Amino acid sequence: MGSSVSGSSSSLGETCQNDALVDVGLEDGGSLTKLAYYSTVQHKVAKVRSFDYSGKDTEQDHEPPYEISVQEEVTARLHFVKFENTYIEACLDFIKDHLVNTETKVIQATGGGAYKFKDLIEEKLQLKVDKEDVMTCLIKGCNFVLKNIPHEAFVYQKDSDPEFRFQTNHPNIFPYLLVNIGSGVSIVKWIGGSSIGGGTFWGLGALLTKTKKFDELLQLASRGQHTNVDMLVQDIYGGAHETLGLSGNLIASSFGKSATADQEFSKEDMAKSLLHMISNDIGQLACLYARLHCLDRVYFGGFFIRGHPVTMRTITYSINFFSKGEVQALFLRHEGYLGAIGAFLKGAEQDNPNQYSWGENYAGSSGLMSSSPELCPTQRARSGTFDLLEMDRLERPLVNLPLLLDPSSYVPDTVDLTDDALARKYWLTCFEEALDGVVKRAVASQPGSVDAAERAEKFRQKYWNKLQTLRHQPFAYGTLTVRSLLDTREHCLNEFNFPDPYSKVKQKDNGVALKCFQRVVSALDALDWEERQLALVKGLLAGNVFDWGAKAVSDVLESDPQFGFEEAKKKLQERPWLVDSYSKWLQRLKGPPHKCALIFADNSGVDVILGVFPFVRELLSRGTEVILACNSGPALNDVTYSESLIVAERIAAMDPVIHSALREERLLLVQTGSSSPCLDLSRLDKGLAVLVRERGADLVVIEGMGRAVHTNYHAALCCESLKLAVIKNSWLAERLGGQLFSVIFKYEVPAE
Amino acid sequence: MGAGWLAAPMERHGRAAATSASSAWEPVPGGPDGRRREPLRRRANSASAPAVGASASASASPSAEGVRRDRPGSYSGATSASRQRVESLRKKRPLFPWFGLDIGGTLVKLVYFEPKDITAEEEEEEVESLKSIRKYLTSNVAYGSTGIRDVHLELKDLTLCGRKVAQLRLTLRNPWTAARQAPPSFRILLIGDLQLCKLDELDCLIKGILYIDSVGFNGRSQCYYFENPADSEKCQKLPFDLKNPYPLLLVNIGSGVSILAVYSKDNYKRVTGTSLGGGTFFGLCCLLTGCTTFEEALEMASRGDSTKVDKLVRDIYGGDYERFGLPGWAVASSFGNMMSKEKREAVSKEDLARATLITITNNIGSIARMCALNENINQVVFVGNFLRINTIAMRLLAYALDYWSKGQLKALFSEHEGYFGAVGALLELLKIP
Repeated sequence: MGSSVSGSSSSLGETCQNDALVDVGLEDGGSLTKLAYYSTVQHKVAKVRSFDYSGKDTEQDHEPPYEISVQEEVTARLHFVKFENTYIEACLDFIKDHLVNTETKVIQATGGGAYKFKDLIEEKLQLKVDKEDVMTCLIKGCNFVLKNIPHEAFVYQKDSDPEFRFQTNHPNIFPYLLVNIGSGVSIVKWIGGSSIGGGTFWGLGALLTKTKKFDELLQLASRGQHTNVDMLVQDIYGGAHETLGLSGNLIASSFGKSATADQEFSKEDMAKSLLHMISNDIGQLACLYARLHCLDRVYFGGFFIRGHPVTMRTITYSINFFSKGEVQALFLRHEGYLGAIGAFLKGAEQDNPNQYSWGENYAGSSGLMSSSPELCPTQRARSGTFDLLEMDRLERPLVNLPLLLDPSSYVPDTVDLTDDALARKYWLTCFEEALDGVVKRAVASQPGSVDAAERAEKFRQKYWNKLQTLRHQPFAYGTLTVRSLLDTREHCLNEFNFPDPYSKVKQKDNGVALKCFQRVVSALDALDWEERQLALVKGLLAGNVFDWGAKAVSDVLESDPQFGFEEAKKKLQERPWLVDSYSKWLQRLKGPPHKCALIFADNSGVDVILGVFPFVRELLSRGTEVILACNSGPALNDVTYSESLIVAERIAAMDPVIHSALREERLLLVQTGSSSPCLDLSRLDKGLAVLVRERGADLVVIEGMGRAVHTNYHAALCCESLKLAVIKNSWLAERLGGQLFSVIFKYEVPAE
Repeated sequence: MGAGWLAAPMERHGRAAATSASSAWEPVPGGPDGRRREPLRRRANSASAPAVGASASASASPSAEGVRRDRPGSYSGATSASRQRVESLRKKRPLFPWFGLDIGGTLVKLVYFEPKDITAEEEEEEVESLKSIRKYLTSNVAYGSTGIRDVHLELKDLTLCGRKVAQLRLTLRNPWTAARQAPPSFRILLIGDLQLCKLDELDCLIKGILYIDSVGFNGRSQCYYFENPADSEKCQKLPFDLKNPYPLLLVNIGSGVSILAVYSKDNYKRVTGTSLGGGTFFGLCCLLTGCTTFEEALEMASRGDSTKVDKLVRDIYGGDYERFGLPGWAVASSFGNMMSKEKREAVSKEDLARATLITITNNIGSIARMCALNENINQVVFVGNFLRINTIAMRLLAYALDYWSKGQLKALFSEHEGYFGAVGALLELLKIP
């Protein structure tokens, strides 16, 4: 345990905690101490800076278009750690070590253990323990995860594939019922409770079976036959229940048969009967409360649930039964942390953490079920005592794109890999195979660093392990998607201080492309209107072939750096394209200009400079305003916001149309708030959303495989949209019924 | 309904005689079908003489929630044995003896109308085998090892169909062993040429309650409640006049629990049920303490201390959990202390029996309270044999209901707690509306 912590923190470089919180959950039966602390994490970021060109000849051949520097940046991160209570002292030592040099005088603690260990904590840490109310904390924590962690909630369906069905975050999380099944049961927004809960199962189970451990009791239960112990309807009605219209298997009286004389009952059977009795009782009360308060969503948490398929199953069943399907039982990936998160938020209220958006850091978080007894016993031995969640504080709040047709039903990802075993297998293998290349690229990106190879190797290990975890537990981090695989890779790279492995490549590509800009633009201007429109679209698509994220392309690029823009155009599929609504688009262009176009850019270099900017230029000439949105942080060779600023500046120096548009704010560059090669339209920078509203954007252009195919392919918007991409993956192309370098050109107009 | 031990005629006519019932029991994940079904209702067309009205009960033969039920017609099955009785019933009155039988999951309840004014002619008419049963029943107060006659519950000077009635109780252990334990003559009754007429147990229950309440209890009130239930010194059992019985939440605690919302004599619905009932209390007690009878379990419970077994709010928070108005004495986790090995070793069997009683009772109280809120009903009548000689449970129900509802709900009890099904069955037999 200790080693895991130090391992994680040393890889972060210097961390300094300035606030901390303990959720000592001893009384919670789970015997777990949950520790939450806030740290500022210093990590390296690649910054780009424009040269001062004044008095210089910018046409010099070897000069890069801008300079790159690696800087230390400080970001805030929330850490949540779970310890078994046996390690409470070690845990407190850990906190103490990390609280040195801080101003902290008070530590927030919640859970029954906060009362039990108050003295120990105060003595060890020389801090005052501020006991936070458990239920308030649970609610705050629940609101926080529901708001900030995509795919936080899921329904559990035994015997279906996948067993876990993750819910997309509803923009309005209220109202809901939270049922915390700890020792007893609390139904919060505190409206009620019951004393029959996890503690009853454990305590009574221990008495009946002489089995001491909760997990073992559950295992006993999963092997038992409750019908030997419970009195069923058919036991009372004999064979007659069928003619009576009864289901004879229903339990008439729990433990009803154990009242008959001196018969011996097996431990397994008693444990199973007990499990049914308690799950049914909780489900019934939850339904009664839900009905009384007119709620149809019930989230379940507490150690009784905590990743145990057995209890999730019985609770789900019970809820379905008693509510006749009207109430949905939902579970949370991070429910074990709700108290800690809530208490932390309470302690940090002066910082107002709710004004920020947070993102789950896949690299620093353990997956769901990492402590599941059934699924992976060896892994459990390793992580059972120790579990992590890290949340990065994002610079700015994230919100829905105001142009989404129905935010509550929007799902960014096109394919759910937890659902689609074939696709899952393919993509996991694909990412495994690409790993060598990524490692090589990462090392190459830091030629001056002595430990780059070592860190890259650590990255390889970490990402490899994540992929293996996902092979066995696809649901470990919510719905598994190509996007989550890509994002996990980015998080892992960052974790080992490879903030932007492609910075040099992007710099070079941008330099080369900028040199071609004027030639390309002149060639376009020479075409007649109709030809030009097609050429512009082809340019957009050709530029999109330049993508280091796609294996087929990175191979070509690596071996043949001369692979040029014109070459790329030749590679493109001839019309009609795989998806081809170009004629409709052309027709539209003959009509009145759009008021404002929102364009999500993809790659650096040829793509943005020779593909996107000429297209932007044409739109501007038509009188359409343009908002060009680029990633806030680096991901693969995607153009970042700061790079886009420099690129735009360089183009403006060459092109009067772009120049005046920038000056007159008809062309606006914004950041998306994301650092992903994919695009989640429900988590976009607030500034972007404000601008989209102000300018009345009526066209959205999404470009590239990551943003327009892996995600958003089915996204419905309330304005016109253009989704275009070149399929640079033969497997995906085949799946879509086409070939490598097939073209997707999807122009959609919302129904009236 | 214990059809398994019913005699041959039963099997022949069982199908036709089947009454309405549907499920609303505890679900079992993976069971073939845990869903509720619409009640099935079948009527027997053969007009014939039932000798015994029997209602099946084990807390519930519940109908679909929300489905209001009208009163089913009477059901009857033919017997080839007793033409006289058929004749007699056609004259609107069955031959003696008159029984009402309620066969539950754990107990068989029997009410017997003992005519004080039996005529020689009537004695003559009695079937020979039944005559001996009547004598057996009326001349004993205990039957076999587990049968008891509740002399104190006899209703005197009652007139039924113009005849005076007395009542007695026969409690037997599980119905499938009943035949073995019963005396030979009683066994004859069950397996002989008598015809059981199966009746809807919930109909019988409601009918029985309303009837018994209307006739009172030998001049006293049938219905009562507890004043100051938490205070063992000030606690008083006081009569309650159920003059406005509707709407009423009826909680029948047998082996399992059925909860009914009653809006009028003929209009009621089964709200829900739970499998955590008397059978659970007794079953768990047997496993935990090795006791063998319900009475023994209760006696142990009366001497135990549940706070050693349960984890209370004050055990966790050091006192009241003020923010949510949870008093320190409230149970936070039933059997919660038993998670710890040391505490497991420190409790007595009596403590465990008490905790089991408290757990089951509190849970029934919670569910009843939630149902009352959902149904917007404020008087709750608890009946069923779980409450038999079980003052601890009754006082706890009374207190819990009052406390958690802030005085809005009233827990009511009834002297003949477990007999309503059997009484209702007898009334059905006699076609008394």
